[in-house]
Amino acid sequence: MSGFFQTDLGIVILTLLKSLALIVPLLIGVAYLTLFERKVMGAMQLRKGPNIVGPFGLWQPFADALKMLFKETIIPTGSDRLLFMIAPMITFGLAVVAWAVIPVSNHWAIANINVGILYLFAISSLGVYGIIIAGWASNSKYAFLGALRSAAQMVSYEVSMGFIIVTVLVCVGSLNLNDIVMAQRHFWFAIPLFPLFVIFFISGLAETNRAPFDLAEGESEIVAGFFVEYSAMSFALFFLGEYANMILISAMTTTLFLGGWLSPIPFVPFTMIPGVFWFLLKVLMCLFVFVWVRATLPRLRYDQLMALGWKVFLPITLVYLVAVAGVMEYFGWLPNA
Amino acid sequence: MNRLGRMAWGLVLWEILSGMALTLKTFFGPKATINYPYEKNPTGPRFKGEHALRRYPNGEERCIACKLCEAVCPAQAITIEAEPRDDGSRRTTRYDIDMTKCIYCGLCEEACPVDAIVEGPNFEFAAETREELLYDKAKLLDNGDRWEPELAKRLELDAPYR
Repeated sequence: MSGFFQTDLGIVILTLLKSLALIVPLLIGVAYLTLFERKVMGAMQLRKGPNIVGPFGLWQPFADALKMLFKETIIPTGSDRLLFMIAPMITFGLAVVAWAVIPVSNHWAIANINVGILYLFAISSLGVYGIIIAGWASNSKYAFLGALRSAAQMVSYEVSMGFIIVTVLVCVGSLNLNDIVMAQRHFWFAIPLFPLFVIFFISGLAETNRAPFDLAEGESEIVAGFFVEYSAMSFALFFLGEYANMILISAMTTTLFLGGWLSPIPFVPFTMIPGVFWFLLKVLMCLFVFVWVRATLPRLRYDQLMALGWKVFLPITLVYLVAVAGVMEYFGWLPNA
Repeated sequence: MNRLGRMAWGLVLWEILSGMALTLKTFFGPKATINYPYEKNPTGPRFKGEHALRRYPNGEERCIACKLCEAVCPAQAITIEAEPRDDGSRRTTRYDIDMTKCIYCGLCEEACPVDAIVEGPNFEFAAETREELLYDKAKLLDNGDRWEPELAKRLELDAPYR
């Protein structure tokens, strides 16, 4: 059997199986993330959240999914039909594809490639296309405004995110995500790079168009932003994509700053627990903060959002990058030097 | 604090953190949700819900077709037609309330000299068609019979304040 998996066909089948083993839990995770968000936000607003469908409302995601499936897909008359249908697929596809390189446990990644972090960064930059195409193809002013806003926003915050990733790379000396996690054996990068960790997380909020940076959707001003015209499954795909992106950003934060699958308590009874557990726990913590921030903060004004990205985050990350590189060079701590 | 100091203080994110501490406190606090179909808020004796036409204890209907409610109704939701009955008493032949027009102001109840038309405690009378909400006399009397114990209690509780 192990011989079969060495052949070309075997590798393809093995990769497909691995992908399935990742995507199915991911999709279920996304479905339950919606419930998690509603429950947590409910609790923070003195409500109970959904609790009727199933015990503690646990079947709610399936009820929602069924409802979405049975709705009619409406394609606006003035829209570009092809692009209109492709846009949600791009958004969702990219959100899933990025997971290929995330190490869930030691060497547990579908593709443990040496440019993992670069790949992640490239994929998350492509996410803008789904939104821009959706906004353009809808042929509606609200969708267009939302798409413009979110494109500008995602591009701005990607810059500082890029510099943060570079700083982490300076500390690790490798683009391989597995190596990045292993470099955090002694202490998590969240400790020496704490400001960057915070900025990375906030940029992640902006990158996924989440509150308080949800200007792309901005319910109170431009209805639902770039996906106003979408309904039924195409809407659900956007929704799934957005939540999968949230999980992805949490996984990236975990991998880059919180020591990935490594146990936070580095001695025996805790290091025995499989890495997947710690990884999921850390991702869940990040997701909780995502929801927590949404339940707490009001939306930024657009100029404030841009000012934060370009006038605060960019200078801080740049200075920090130079400082870290300088300190590492001066003390001779640079890896592979 | 000078401008630079304020900027530096802003980087600490103190305001945001204190806000998040507050939401975290409510996250663990008791919840105000009332689980509606299973739990309900209490309603006061003056609650203005679904209308009912009441009867005297001997079964005689109270309404004497004075049409004060029809006259006072600001939404003109009430339609009354009347003529003397065989025994010479004045009664309605028709008493309709269009519940889709009604604004639940309670003026009909206030105007009624014999406590015949009242607004009861029931607020769960949603219907699937509009026609079901055009109440006629039979429906209103039926409501009165159904809710009479509660209606009498409510009137009694509210009497000292009238």
